[in-house]
Amino acid sequence: MTLTFIMLALLFAGALAWFSENRWQGCAKWLALIVLALLATVFTIFVISHDQPFDNLQVLTRVSWIQTFNIEYSIALDQLSIVLITLTWLLAIICVLVSWQEIKQKAGFYYFNLLATIAGIIGVFVAVDMFLFFFFWEVMLLPMTAIIAIWGHEKRHFAALKFFIFTQVSSLFMLVAIIATGYFHLLVTGELSFHYLDWLALDMPLSLTQYLMLGFFIAFAVKLPSVPVHSWLPDAHTQAPTAGSVLLAGVLLKTGAYGLIRFVIFLFPQASMQFAPIAATLAVISIVYGAKMAFAQQDFKRLVAYSSISHMGFVMLALFAFNSIAFQGAIITMIAHGLSSAALFSMAGMIYLRIHSRNLTDMGGFWQSAPRMGGFALAFAGAAFGLPGLANFIGEFFSLVGVFQVMPTFAIIAALGLIGSAIYGMVLFQSSFQGTAKQEILDLSHRELLICSSLFLMLLVIGLYPNLLLNFSFGV
Amino acid sequence: MLLASLPFYPLVSFLLLILFAKRLSWRLASAISVGAMALTALVSGLLVFELSNSSSHFISVDLWHWFSLSSQQRMAEVNVSFYLDGLSAVMISVVSGVGFLIHLFAAAYMKDDANFSRFMAYMNLFIVAMLILVLADNLVLLYLGWEGVGLCSFLLIGFWYQEQANVLAARKAFIVTRIGDTSMAIGLFWLFSSFGELNITAVSELIRGVGSSEIGFSLQESTDIYWIALLLLGGAVGKSAQLPLQTWLPDAMAGPTPVSALIHAATMVTAGVYLIARMHSVFLFAPEVMNYVAWLGAITLLLAGLAALAQTDIKRVLAYSTMSQIGYMMLALGAGAWSAGVFHLMTHAFFKALLFLTAGAVILALHHQQNIFKMGGLLKRLPFESALFVVGLICLMALPGTSGFFSKEAIIAELWLSTTAGPALWWCAIIGALLTSIYSCRLFFLAFLGNERFTEKLHIEKASLMRSALLILALLSLFGGLISLDLSEVFFKIKAEELISVNEPSWLHTIAIATPFVGILFSWFYFKNYRVDSNLEDGVKTNLTASEHRFAIFCRNGLGFDSLYDVLLIKPYQLLAKLNRRDFIDQTMMSTAWYVGLWHDVMTMIQNGNLRWYLAAFGLAIMTLIGVSIL
Repeated sequence: MTLTFIMLALLFAGALAWFSENRWQGCAKWLALIVLALLATVFTIFVISHDQPFDNLQVLTRVSWIQTFNIEYSIALDQLSIVLITLTWLLAIICVLVSWQEIKQKAGFYYFNLLATIAGIIGVFVAVDMFLFFFFWEVMLLPMTAIIAIWGHEKRHFAALKFFIFTQVSSLFMLVAIIATGYFHLLVTGELSFHYLDWLALDMPLSLTQYLMLGFFIAFAVKLPSVPVHSWLPDAHTQAPTAGSVLLAGVLLKTGAYGLIRFVIFLFPQASMQFAPIAATLAVISIVYGAKMAFAQQDFKRLVAYSSISHMGFVMLALFAFNSIAFQGAIITMIAHGLSSAALFSMAGMIYLRIHSRNLTDMGGFWQSAPRMGGFALAFAGAAFGLPGLANFIGEFFSLVGVFQVMPTFAIIAALGLIGSAIYGMVLFQSSFQGTAKQEILDLSHRELLICSSLFLMLLVIGLYPNLLLNFSFGV
Repeated sequence: MLLASLPFYPLVSFLLLILFAKRLSWRLASAISVGAMALTALVSGLLVFELSNSSSHFISVDLWHWFSLSSQQRMAEVNVSFYLDGLSAVMISVVSGVGFLIHLFAAAYMKDDANFSRFMAYMNLFIVAMLILVLADNLVLLYLGWEGVGLCSFLLIGFWYQEQANVLAARKAFIVTRIGDTSMAIGLFWLFSSFGELNITAVSELIRGVGSSEIGFSLQESTDIYWIALLLLGGAVGKSAQLPLQTWLPDAMAGPTPVSALIHAATMVTAGVYLIARMHSVFLFAPEVMNYVAWLGAITLLLAGLAALAQTDIKRVLAYSTMSQIGYMMLALGAGAWSAGVFHLMTHAFFKALLFLTAGAVILALHHQQNIFKMGGLLKRLPFESALFVVGLICLMALPGTSGFFSKEAIIAELWLSTTAGPALWWCAIIGALLTSIYSCRLFFLAFLGNERFTEKLHIEKASLMRSALLILALLSLFGGLISLDLSEVFFKIKAEELISVNEPSWLHTIAIATPFVGILFSWFYFKNYRVDSNLEDGVKTNLTASEHRFAIFCRNGLGFDSLYDVLLIKPYQLLAKLNRRDFIDQTMMSTAWYVGLWHDVMTMIQNGNLRWYLAAFGLAIMTLIGVSIL
């Protein structure tokens, strides 16, 4: 019940923020911040005090919803979803903090959308009835589109539309696969079911599962994103407001990875194993192509966006290696990328607030006037190019070590991404903070310092003590 | 416990300097950073003493459990643990000892820089990373230090980042070494997947055990070892600026001179040598790769020597000379002369740090003039610096009695009979020694003899900090050869070698000792116009200029490697990026949108509400249908 309460509370708080902003200006952000902090605490207490271990999926609520089709409202938690929800809480708070000064217009409605997106994301991570999962998948999408379309940059309508169409079309494939699997359940057991645990127990022939798996795979590959369906991402990330980019890169992409783990690999292990060479090839192309494209960009946010494609390629490659080390690597890369890309997008937002440009050619020499900001920018760029000691290194190292045992050639090509990431990382950092000073900017404010240092600290702690995450088995 | 604390002294100093940055006065900032280094040097000394007195030949300490890699049959613990044996003891002594002296010098040298505390902070951070690199007990931790020193090198080359040239030099250094690092990383993946271990001692014992046993390696295993060694060599080559990844080092001279002395001469660039020496067990069982190492070292030392002959910038001469001396170390490693290679690493750290720092003092005196053709006659004007420079040069040339002599002779002596080297490489080493002495003489003549070719008044710095650091380094350079390194415990031999000195010709040593003198003699006459005052009769200064011969320019530009890589790699990558900036996959995807839009337009156009249009279309369609059905 607690989880349901949390999601409803998020929606309620969002609505409250929307209405109260009209009366008391500036209260929406405080409300959002306090509610998020409170609910995150509630969630943490709930997880800690829960008496059963979360090694396996723990179904928490299971009530009938649409009886005709035997659709249930069923939510569950395991270590994977707990870790991802924790990441969501952290980044949600960061999102509110980065929006603090940026969002001035329609602030109430903005925070409603933000909180609704977060409710949707949490729903995605906990839903175990597939219909419910699909429902949350859509709930998460709509407010996010609104955030891009209303508070974005100059080409926001185009970007929002592109984001919406890509996600929507791809999720149709998933819907078909969901209905087909439910129907197959009817054929086998005589009863329609959309429950994940029922499906796990189902014995499906490979000839069928390879198509079902593909339906899910397409939806998640678009979300992840993987080449060749990545092209919504650079536009959406670039045009979204800072918090939108943080949320998109930090958590929304992870829902794709989460889906791949839970609904592709765990649900259709054999079909995915058969499909692995193709998926791994796409992943390797994403890694190298993303790194190359990032290097070509002149727009700070677009560069970071392409680097996300490269990093998520590591996740997909590692997942389809079917190796326990690589699997751990994929999880750590997900978390690490969530933190590091959120940090880089926040940095982009802070720079935009000061110079009103995202163009790298307008930047340069900021280190002179803003040394703290420069130090953090370097640290975050370092995280992005996999500097040992920070979290991303552990993720990439585990992924590649694991992949190498299974598919050495793929690992070697993917390792070229390490060179590519150094190149774009250098370009990003040097063209913004080094070189001749084109203009002077203010150094970090206390609020910004809090954002940067907390993200950096988390990257550092995971980088130096990854056992925080590695001690979990994540259902393998 | 002492061992565990070693990297933390400079780390604490780094944190203090970064946190308080400009709020610290020069006095306080230098007290913190140099003090931390003094402490590090002291503790290193204690540790070496402890090691030499302990019964076992190593000390190790666990800090914390980093992570463990476990797959079906393999389980490797990767910890943050330090391991001190003879080899790492040499390295920490060099890093902390020379590091301390250079910090001392730098505190005075960089005194007037606006970002003094940031500079010292980076230098401290570098020491932290370097100590982790040499103390790491497993390859992942070593890789952490390895990347850390790369980052610090990047930061310090680009320390004066307002200059675009420095920014580009820093970027080049980072990316080129990163290529090597990636090769090394792949080597680690390979090592783990074939041997299931990343702990250095465990890997070494595993490989030695199987290799020395009756069964030996299977075909697969020896292929694996071959590739692992080759990939590790790739990492070493990048960091140590050897062919083919050497191009970053001359540009790295854009950093402040103490940086060049500490990172790009004494310590970081020798990390590749350390890596190979540390992993010698792997290399021993890949004799082909040992042979490549030897040849790479030999070719680098010759080419770098040639390039050094044509430089006009004093720091670039020294940079190429560093490259060439590391070539000697590589050659030694390739020949299996492990101790000699490490010995040369140590002596080279002394005299090259001395040379760089003295060059720095000279450059400072000349108001940042680095062109040797604009120097001249400094022997009379800067006697103290000149004397020290001479000390450095005679060590570099390996004149008998100096530290360079002992180490270089030790290398050359082992080449002829080595199974992975041989007479051809011996001759390379001799020619290299000849080149070394010629370019050293050219440098000395141009900068310190001849007529004065500068007009500004000299800015003479007499800071005692700088001078004392230089003096100690000079003493170390002269007498460092007397330190006896006993590394026999560290380095493993496949089998007890029999004494086969019969095959060695008796003239080898004579030639080896005579070569530098031949070089000096040759230079004395060949570079006569560089050393003789030639202007006094008519009072007009004849201006010396560097040779404009096409070959000289070719050598000056690093023998064309830069332009080659530019054409082969950089330009294509940039072109590809530029051509595809708009992402052709996205363009393809968006063509669907264009197509839909097109149909939308066509459809709206035909629904125009004109009855005659509809009638015509209706009639045309019916006629077409009838026509189709008749046919």
